[in-house]
Amino acid sequence: MNTTAVDIASNQPREYFCRTEPQAHNGSLLGFWFYLMNDCFIFSALFACVAVFGTSFAGGPTAAEVLDLNGLAVNTALLLVSSVTFGFAMLAMARQDKRGTLTWLAVSGVLAAVFVGLEIHEFVGMIAEGAGPERSAFLSTFFTLVGTHGLHVTLGVLWLIVLFTQVVRFGFTEANVRRLRCLSMFWHFLDLVWVGVFSYVYLIGVLR
Amino acid sequence: MLPETMPHRSAILNDIFGRLQASSFPLGSDGEDRIVQITFLVVALIGLAILGWVTKKKKWGYLWNEWFTSVDHKKIGIMYMILATVMLLRGFSDAIMMRSQQAIAFGSNMGYLPPHHYDQIFTAHGTIMIFFVAMSYIVGLMNYAMPLQIGSRDVAFPFLNNMSFWFTFGGMVLIMLSLFVGTFSTAGWMGYPPVSEIQQSPGTGIDYWIWGVQIAGIGTILTAINFLVTIIKMRAPGMTFMKMPMFTWTTFCTAGLMLAAFPFLTASLLLLTLDRYLGTHFFTTGMGGNLMMYINLFWVWGHPEVYILVIPLYGVYSEIVATFSKKPLFGYASMVYATVAIMILSYLVWLHHFFTMGSGPSVNSFFSMTTMLISIPTGVKIFNWLFTMYRGRVQMTVPMLWTLGFIFTFSIGGLTGVMLSVAPADMLLHNSLFLVAHFHNVIIGGVVFGIFAAINYWYPKAFGYRLNEFWGKLCFWCWQIGFWVAFGPLYVLGLMGVTRRLSHFDDPSLQIWFVIAAIGAFIIFIGILAFIVQLVVSYMHREELACGNDPYDGRTLEWATSSPPPAYNFAFVPKVHDRDAWTDMKEHGYERPLDGFNPIHMPKNTASGLVIGVLTCVCGFALIWYIWWLAALTFLGVIVTAIYHSFNYEREGHVSVDEVRQFEQKTGNWKSDVQGAAA
Repeated sequence: MNTTAVDIASNQPREYFCRTEPQAHNGSLLGFWFYLMNDCFIFSALFACVAVFGTSFAGGPTAAEVLDLNGLAVNTALLLVSSVTFGFAMLAMARQDKRGTLTWLAVSGVLAAVFVGLEIHEFVGMIAEGAGPERSAFLSTFFTLVGTHGLHVTLGVLWLIVLFTQVVRFGFTEANVRRLRCLSMFWHFLDLVWVGVFSYVYLIGVLR
Repeated sequence: MLPETMPHRSAILNDIFGRLQASSFPLGSDGEDRIVQITFLVVALIGLAILGWVTKKKKWGYLWNEWFTSVDHKKIGIMYMILATVMLLRGFSDAIMMRSQQAIAFGSNMGYLPPHHYDQIFTAHGTIMIFFVAMSYIVGLMNYAMPLQIGSRDVAFPFLNNMSFWFTFGGMVLIMLSLFVGTFSTAGWMGYPPVSEIQQSPGTGIDYWIWGVQIAGIGTILTAINFLVTIIKMRAPGMTFMKMPMFTWTTFCTAGLMLAAFPFLTASLLLLTLDRYLGTHFFTTGMGGNLMMYINLFWVWGHPEVYILVIPLYGVYSEIVATFSKKPLFGYASMVYATVAIMILSYLVWLHHFFTMGSGPSVNSFFSMTTMLISIPTGVKIFNWLFTMYRGRVQMTVPMLWTLGFIFTFSIGGLTGVMLSVAPADMLLHNSLFLVAHFHNVIIGGVVFGIFAAINYWYPKAFGYRLNEFWGKLCFWCWQIGFWVAFGPLYVLGLMGVTRRLSHFDDPSLQIWFVIAAIGAFIIFIGILAFIVQLVVSYMHREELACGNDPYDGRTLEWATSSPPPAYNFAFVPKVHDRDAWTDMKEHGYERPLDGFNPIHMPKNTASGLVIGVLTCVCGFALIWYIWWLAALTFLGVIVTAIYHSFNYEREGHVSVDEVRQFEQKTGNWKSDVQGAAA
């Protein structure tokens, strides 16, 4: 059976197929990174709305009147710290320390959940003051951008809970390690978006 | 919420059925309802006939196990192609209705379609042709051919691939449902505000459009991620980027465009949804909203979208020209750079869709120039194809005919595009029939011709027999001639200033042009019939048309495996040394191994994608009709299914050595008696 052909130039046999199955590449992390880029584009469209509608108050309350910078400081601190604690969870995973991973995951999840809670509190307060999303294009944009971010964090917390139970039950299997890495990327990505929200919507918003 | 749009009846009924009521169904006896009733009857009869046949032949298990839950990229690709063909018939019947309406509706004759029905038809035509015909066809082709071309076993995320299909299917169901339950959008396929806002369109039409397109769009984004990772991670050993087949390159560029463009569609639809459902003010005329924001966001997706459609077909033409000229593709590297240049430039031209917005000479000039620039890499491609044929031994097969028809037709469409890119000229031609003729010129001449070329080209690979040449050629000539008869007059009318989307005209001197256009549409109709006949006739003569594994003396890896390929594609993963890998293998006397196999790991089928797709579709329906409890329930169902699926860790099975050996020994050296093209 002639399974190798001869390379005419070098006269060396040329292999035309792999005799053993090549190592399967796992593309999950890359794929998830592409998904994050997709999310990034969605957020960029919403940030473009802030650029366009940032001062479209329509006679309603201005950014300086409705945005609460003190609450923002607490919120931002919570989210940033949760990113750090998630990093600790990943470090613990690298040490194969299941207990440590689960502890830090729980801390990150609680911090993010409090963040979402505070955000809902802020939203409810604004709506009660008559500064709801239907008041002006500026407020529509504010609620949509911050709300979309909040929704992402909520889904992240839900995912974290599912993954927490899976790590408890099945340990650091290959699939679970991969999923934790994806969730970690998601977590840090949302943090980055929040830095944008916090500086562009809140800080610059209050100034202009 | 939005009480003015809810029916006046007891609150409990509104809670249960939302705004769905008896009058949402076309049960009346006026002419318009009759049209819908007859359509429904025909669709129902055909549907029942198919369901009955499947039940009688006891094929449900087969369909479920082998197709619906399949994660095999080849089967998913074929399902996309079938979906697209069905939608082509729907979209084309809309076209025929418009053409015949415009041919007769002059002076006192109002035609047979009242304006609000006519508006639904042109909206449905555009939406269906772009999102469910062209997109489904190209995703189907890429799904089928790309993994074979790179010598991989499947795409990177087979489950997501299946789910993408069911999202597309879900979107399609919603669009089709609007025919019988409620009405469809009348706002054109772009859904511009303020017409698409709740004040102007309180009915279900825009919501059908939004959710149908949004759900299909999610599927497209997942597909894009899948293809990108597949091409980056799963190429056969030795296949560097500059050794990839041209079609794989174009798939790569298209997937990149999809990933970076579709989020803007998602975002613009999301904001429109919020305006309609929660009373926000993004695109409203008051309260600080700005409708031009929608139009900008929409075209930031919309312009790359036309390149998403045509770029894969550039790859198809490149494969076909090289194969049937018996030469390597001329200027491979320049072809790659041209494709990438088009991909990047396509992001910098969106404003040319609305030069009339009035953004001033500097902005308009910028977008004018970037638009003209695109013609340069496109010209490079045209010349590359011509030079590939030059001094080649060109075989006039059906795919080659389509390619030649494309070069001729598409070049003219490109030239009228350059005319439109001149901003001052566009002030006159904006929204005229000249524009309509132009984009049909490039989309039919570029995309549709390419799809037919690709179907004729890869059909033998997918099914093991060729398509009938006679009916294929008839189909081609009907489309080629019909296209010019149908759209030549629209260029003329457009230059005379006739605008698009009119259901009635006063000036009788225009009528002759519309009559000619209608004749053209009927010639195309014969072409579509010829395509269907071609499929049926070829199936009936499949024994005589049996073609072997490599019917054209092909150049790329898909021809190295069996026709049709096994689930695992290649018994041994190929090693690539040269650009036209399969030609290189043949030149070096490669013989396909028939023994010494290893067991092959393959992903298992799963129903999760189907369940999620169907639940999402029902959720969309519930949102359209304001049936909140159902929307919440199905949304929860989607999340629960996803979590349930994540607890399944056993996703791979394997194909045993015996099965592989059996298949390979049976099909490995299959050659047909007729080598090369019959023509």
